[in-house]
Amino acid sequence: MDAVTMAKAINLSLRDALTRDDSVLIFGEDVGALGGVFRITDGLQKEFGEERVFDTPLAESSIIGISVGLALRGFRPVPEIQFDGFIYPAFEQIVSHVAKYRNRSGVPLPITVRVPFGGHIGAVEHHSESPEAYFAHTAGLKVVTPSTPADAYALLQAAIDDPDPVIFFEPKARYYLKEEIDTAARVAIGKARVAQEGSGVTVIAYGPTVSIALQAAKTAAAEQISLEVIDLRSLSPLDMDTVMASVRKTHRAVVVHEAPVFCGFGAEVAARISHDAFDLLEAPVARIGGLNVPYPPARYEKLYLPDVDRILQAADAALAYG
Amino acid sequence: MFPTMADVVRVVAADDPLRALFSPAGELTAEGRSRLGLDAAALRELYRNMVLIRRADQEALNLQRQGELGLWGQYLGQEAIHVGAMTALRTTDWVFPSYREFGMAMIRGVDPADMLTMFRGLSHGPWDPRKYHFAPLAIPVATQVPHAVGFALGCRLKHSDEVVLSTFGDGATSEGDWHEAMNFAGVFKAPVVFLCQNNGWAISVPLSKQTAGSIADRASGYGFPGIRIDGNDVLGVYAAVMAAADRARQGEGPYLIEAVTYRMGAHTSSDDPTRYRTESELEAWNAKDPIARYRAWLEQQGIIDERTVAAIADAAESAAQAMRARLTAMPAPPPGEAIFGRVYSNPPESFLREREEFESSLEGS
Repeated sequence: MDAVTMAKAINLSLRDALTRDDSVLIFGEDVGALGGVFRITDGLQKEFGEERVFDTPLAESSIIGISVGLALRGFRPVPEIQFDGFIYPAFEQIVSHVAKYRNRSGVPLPITVRVPFGGHIGAVEHHSESPEAYFAHTAGLKVVTPSTPADAYALLQAAIDDPDPVIFFEPKARYYLKEEIDTAARVAIGKARVAQEGSGVTVIAYGPTVSIALQAAKTAAAEQISLEVIDLRSLSPLDMDTVMASVRKTHRAVVVHEAPVFCGFGAEVAARISHDAFDLLEAPVARIGGLNVPYPPARYEKLYLPDVDRILQAADAALAYG
Repeated sequence: MFPTMADVVRVVAADDPLRALFSPAGELTAEGRSRLGLDAAALRELYRNMVLIRRADQEALNLQRQGELGLWGQYLGQEAIHVGAMTALRTTDWVFPSYREFGMAMIRGVDPADMLTMFRGLSHGPWDPRKYHFAPLAIPVATQVPHAVGFALGCRLKHSDEVVLSTFGDGATSEGDWHEAMNFAGVFKAPVVFLCQNNGWAISVPLSKQTAGSIADRASGYGFPGIRIDGNDVLGVYAAVMAAADRARQGEGPYLIEAVTYRMGAHTSSDDPTRYRTESELEAWNAKDPIARYRAWLEQQGIIDERTVAAIADAAESAAQAMRARLTAMPAPPPGEAIFGRVYSNPPESFLREREEFESSLEGS
C-alpha cells in the first residue's frame, strides 16, 4: 500500500474493523459527521451509518459507561475520548468497571478506548497531557501506543480483536508521520520492537518519543556513538524480555517519555532494569521526561518535553559514567 | 437513530400511561388495581417472595453478627420494590443493580449462598450475569446507571424487545453519572426503566440535604416522564414497572419511577443510625411496613389465610437455614485462582509468571 499518515492508518484500521465485524461500534464526541476533531473517523459514519458510528452527548464518563453496557450486550465498542486531558471524568468508569468487570463477573469487556495524547502541538491547557501511567498502573487494562503508521494500523486491529479492554493512546503530534503500511501484518499486544539496532546505550521510548529517540540515534551515529532504540508499543503488558535483551548488550539504559519523570512510566522500566541487570549495568538508568509541573503554556513546551539534546546528554553521561 | 426535537416534545407531552394508574400522591388507584391482571396465586407469590427475601436478609445480618460475614447491608423495608419490580419484568430483561439488591437477585434465581460469598471475602461477584440477566452489584454509587443505558442502547441497535431496569438509591441522583446516563437515555430513546429506591437516607444524609428538588420531576428535563409512587406498595411498584417497561418495549423510551420507601435497617452492619435519626421516624415507617400491609390486604380479600402465612414463614425459615448451611460449608477457592483467575481472558506472560511466583511462594507456608 502507498505511504499513509498515522491518522489515515488509524482511519483505515477502524474502517477494516467495522467491515469485518458487525459488532464493532464507534462513538464519542464529534466522531460522526465531523469525523472527529483530528478527522480520525472521517467518512466512517457516511459509510457505515448512524447505528455503527455515532456522536454522543458530551460526557466522557458515560461514553465509557455505555461502552460497558454495549459490551455486555455483545458489541465491541471503540469509544473515542477527544483529548488526553478530557479522559479524567471517565477515570472512575475505566478504573472501577472497565478494568475490573471481568475479574468481578467473569464477563470479558472487549472495549478499545482511543485517546489522542501528548504534546508538541502548541495547544491550550488540557490538550497535551500524557496520562498513560495512571492506566498502566491499573491491573485489568492493556495499555498500548503506536509510534508509526504501520503499528497504529496493526496495534489497533489487535486492540479491537482483544477480548479484554485496551486503552489505545495515539501520539497526536505524530498523526502526520507517513510510511507504507501492510494491512496484513499483525502486531501482538505486549511485544516491544527494536526500532534501531545499536550497541552503546539502550534508549527505551514509546509513542511520540520514539521518533525523537531515532533522531538522537542518527545524530549520535555521526559521532560514532551507537544507540539502540526500543519502541515499547505496549506499556501493559510490558515486554521486559526485549528490553533486557538490549540492556544485556549495551549495559546502559535511558528511558524517555513526555509525562513527568516523577512517578512516570519510566520509573517502572528503570526499576526493573536496575533490579534485573544490576550486575551488568555500567551506569545508572537515566529517565528523561517532563518536569514535575503541570503541562506548561505552549510557548514553553519545547523546554519541558524531551528532545534530541537531552537524550544525547543522557547517553553521553551513561557512556562516561565511572 | 436519534429522536427529532418534535419526537422529544411529543414524548414529554404524550399521555403518560402511568398517570392513569396512580393518584397524584402516588397511590395505585382502583383503576390501576383493576388492570393488574394478577390471579390469586400470583398475588400470593408476591407475598411469599417478600417474606422469603426478608428472612434471607435477617439471616445475612445474623451471619454478620456471628462473624461469618464481613459486612451486611440490609434492605429491610424495601421488599415491595425488590419483589414488585422483579415480578413485572421478563426474565430476559436485564437488571443493573446497585449494592442493596440482594433480594432482587434472589428472585432472579441467583443462589443466595453464592451471593453471600461477596460479603464473606471470597469473591467479588459469584454469578454469571449472562445466565441471570442480572449485572454484578455496583458499589461505587450511580456508576451502574450508564451501563444500563448502554445495554439498553444495544437492545435498540439489535432491534430486540428487551427492556433494562436500572435501579439506584436517592443518594445516587446527586452523582454526575446519574445525570449523564439520564441524558444519554433521553437522547438515545433507550428502552430503560429507571427505578429510584428513595429510602430517605444516603448513609447518614437525609433526602432534604441530598436534593432540593423532586427526583421524579427531573425526568422531564431529560425528555421523558417520571412519577413518584408509594414504594411500600408491592402492587403499585409492580404496576408502575410493568407499565414503564411496556412503554419502553414499544419504543417509547425511558421512564423514571421514584419509589418512596424507607431504609429500616442501618446503611450497613458497620453503621450506627442512632447517631443521626430518631426512633419516632422509624416507628412511623414501621407502621407502613410493606409486608404487614400487603398481608392485611390479602387477608381482607380472602386470598391468604393463617395457614398459608404460616407455611410461607416455614418455607422462608428453611430457605434461610439452607442458605446458612451452604454458605458456611463452602470451601474457599485456592488463592491463585481467587486472586488471578478472572482478570484477563488471555493473560499476558508476565501476569502468568507473577501468578506462578505467587503460588510457589505459598507452597510450604
